[in-house]
Amino acid sequence: MSNTAPSHAPTITRLPLAERLKPWLPVLLVPVLILLGFLAIPATSSWLTLTVSGLAMGMMIFVIASGMTLVFGLMDVINFGHGAFISFGAFVGTSVLLALGAMTGAPSLLLNLLAVAGAVLAAMVVTGGMGWAFERVIVRPVYGSHLKQILVTMGGLIVAEQLIYVIWGGHEIVIARPETLKGAFTFAGAALEKYRVLAVAVGLAVFLALRLVLRRTKLGLIVRAGVENPEMVQAMGYNITRVFVGVFVAGSALAGLGGVMWALYQEVITAPMGNEIMILVFIVVIIGGLGSVEGCFIGALTVGLVQNYAAFLEPKLALISNIALMVAILMWRPMGMVPVVKAKG
Amino acid sequence: MLLGRNGAGKTTTLRTIMGLWQPHAGEILLDGAHIQGLNPAQIARRGIGFVPEDMGIFSDLTVEENIRLAALSGQPIPERLEWIFAAFPALRTFWHSPAGTLSGGQKQMLSVARAMIEDRELYLIDEPSKGLAPAIVATLARALKDLKERGASILMVEQNFSLARALGDHVAVMDDGRITWTGTMADLAGDTTLQERLMGLKMESA
Amino acid sequence: MMRLLSGDAPRSRVLALLLALILLALAFAPFLFPGSRSLETAARICVVIVLVASYDLLLGYGGIVSFAHTMFFGMGAYGVAIAADRMGPGYDALALGALAGLIAAGIVALLVALLSLRVRAIFFAMITLAIASAVAVLVSQLSAYTGGEDGMNLRIPRELTPAFRMGEVFGLRITGKILNYYLVFTGCLALFLVMLRIVNSPFGRVMLAIRENAFRAEAIGYRVVVYRAVATCLSAMIAALAGSLFAIWLRYVGPSTTLGMELMMDILLIVVIGGMGTMYGAVVGTAIFVLAQNYLKELMGGLSEATSALPLIPDLLSPDRWLLWLGVLFILSVYFFPTGIVGRLRGTR
Repeated sequence: MSNTAPSHAPTITRLPLAERLKPWLPVLLVPVLILLGFLAIPATSSWLTLTVSGLAMGMMIFVIASGMTLVFGLMDVINFGHGAFISFGAFVGTSVLLALGAMTGAPSLLLNLLAVAGAVLAAMVVTGGMGWAFERVIVRPVYGSHLKQILVTMGGLIVAEQLIYVIWGGHEIVIARPETLKGAFTFAGAALEKYRVLAVAVGLAVFLALRLVLRRTKLGLIVRAGVENPEMVQAMGYNITRVFVGVFVAGSALAGLGGVMWALYQEVITAPMGNEIMILVFIVVIIGGLGSVEGCFIGALTVGLVQNYAAFLEPKLALISNIALMVAILMWRPMGMVPVVKAKG
Repeated sequence: MLLGRNGAGKTTTLRTIMGLWQPHAGEILLDGAHIQGLNPAQIARRGIGFVPEDMGIFSDLTVEENIRLAALSGQPIPERLEWIFAAFPALRTFWHSPAGTLSGGQKQMLSVARAMIEDRELYLIDEPSKGLAPAIVATLARALKDLKERGASILMVEQNFSLARALGDHVAVMDDGRITWTGTMADLAGDTTLQERLMGLKMESA
Repeated sequence: MMRLLSGDAPRSRVLALLLALILLALAFAPFLFPGSRSLETAARICVVIVLVASYDLLLGYGGIVSFAHTMFFGMGAYGVAIAADRMGPGYDALALGALAGLIAAGIVALLVALLSLRVRAIFFAMITLAIASAVAVLVSQLSAYTGGEDGMNLRIPRELTPAFRMGEVFGLRITGKILNYYLVFTGCLALFLVMLRIVNSPFGRVMLAIRENAFRAEAIGYRVVVYRAVATCLSAMIAALAGSLFAIWLRYVGPSTTLGMELMMDILLIVVIGGMGTMYGAVVGTAIFVLAQNYLKELMGGLSEATSALPLIPDLLSPDRWLLWLGVLFILSVYFFPTGIVGRLRGTR
């Protein structure tokens, strides 16, 4: 590097390039990974397909995980029942889409998107409401005890999963994508599924919207400050509990959105699907740094890409690859890629 | 001014008034109204500004965001901001920097500035001089004096007797969770044996 | 007697009676409840007691939630199965397999503990969940070694199979199956007593101190991470031994019997309902759980039929939904009876 050449006027504020780059390393991880994928995968077209599919998957996981990581950051609450919102979102959304068969079957992009929007809205309303009840009934009494939180939210997950069986029956449901979202288009010789591109767009929109709220609004200020020191936010005159309930509901609704997205991605839904996705979500929030939305975003894209590249290069290693990724990142940065500052341990 | 040995219960008193800890017994009155049992947010909105011992700075937020958050009415009032900048010029310099990058003294200034950004009935200030260089303590003392002269009530915990003497009118000395002496600062400052007896410390009268 | 229990008396008359009853029932199960189905249930209870107690070692005494306990259980089971598959039916294969499973479980537990406990105890729950599910997938994919989804049947020494006969005792024909049962029973009893010894040792008391206040324990000078890592390894190794016994008993291992998430959930439910941090909770909890599983399901089936004319109610009461009610019971017991049945019986909160 050129600026490591001897210089006789070092100022205190000017750190060496390597030092200054350090906080940005995680951000570079995604492009580097995509580049590595390009080198490892022989055909450019398959690389492009895999990259889009990895990003789509990552975006969906991000949508699901963002709420969970914020809930943890804000109130130190770990919700193992988050997967229930994914499943419920998927089932509610699918029911709406099946009911709107005329709209989803029509070869009109507008009608199709309206149907999907209706499904998403219904799913988010239901899971948001569930989140509210979940926070009230299940989480509220066990603030401050991680052990009890894990146990109780796990119990909540079991109950919610069983309720899906009661309401929708035990069998899986097949759901086809709306007419105009089926199939793929060709770009630079690679077949890109339309739906995956849409998923990337939706995920990106959610990320940007979250960032906007967190960076530009008073509510965002309260949330960011609350992640670091909830007590001080209280002492400044903000009711953090109310903010927390809001974040919990929003996070649950986002999980519901993720559930609908995942349903249309897989085109089949089952009751335990939420909990299966949670495994990836946990990996993402751990490597991203519990409590950090940015870290969660980077982590989700990384996991999505690694999963897809690995599945292509060595199918049997797909799931193991993410565990390996998690181990590697935890060895590199034990608190995750974007560690969250906490006022106290 | 609240004085006393380490562990006498000074910080506990402030945090209990703020509603961060619950009292086992007794009542807390603000302007004749009970405030115990309210949550800290409600208490703050009754007009109490709090500067905790650990300063409570949000290090991920910029200095500007820290101040903006403290302004309950929305945006900080410009003239008030000018007054703060005059008292603490460093805050203007680092206005857009993350508060985590400030020095200890600058953090304490920010913490005090946050409380001062709007008028409060009462300020609870916990050991503002703790661990700070004398020059910075002097800056803080000037700002707090200014605040006092604007007619605000301040309940301050302080171990640095010279700062306490410069600012305090009325003094309460605590030991083992109780108030053991009350009086005026003038009385206490003039009586070194009383100081030693009350606080078990020899106060230098610089 | 107290020596055998490591000085950890049941401290409740009802509890002592229950424990004695369960012990006697299991000790004489082949004579009291003849028939292969009930023997099957008795053996399952023995193994699950050890599995749950070893989980309690971690959860109740260590305050750490793990979702990889069945993974360690599976390691013991697959260790025996693979060894028997490669080496043929012999005691050496069983012993070597159990040992291999034991060591593997110990090493993996240590690695997981060092990776996650170093950072934050709550990472442990998430990391174990991820690793356990990855291993479950791996086991079903590596069918050349593990038999994949179908699992594998074990060939074990003839003396432990129903084909082997050796006369009658009290009118009961003693078969290899019954010898096998007593192998499982003694093995489980021994493991349980070892665990009682562990939790009542100075080590166990330090674990309790850490559970109550990790920060304080660290301040007094105990290396919290080390203690938690040791507890994780011990718990994993005992689970692996239980898995080996289970494999020998069933003469079969498969992903669903040893690695499944359902089994993990059962363990969690039993520990909490039985009573965390008591050891005896595992015994009482398991016995009640297994009985409830049979009895409650029948009751629910009856209720479901009786209400079949109503909407939704029969679906809620269907025997397939018994996990729903168990989940509700689980949540309620975490809130209201955090010390479980044993804690209640002992009259502590």
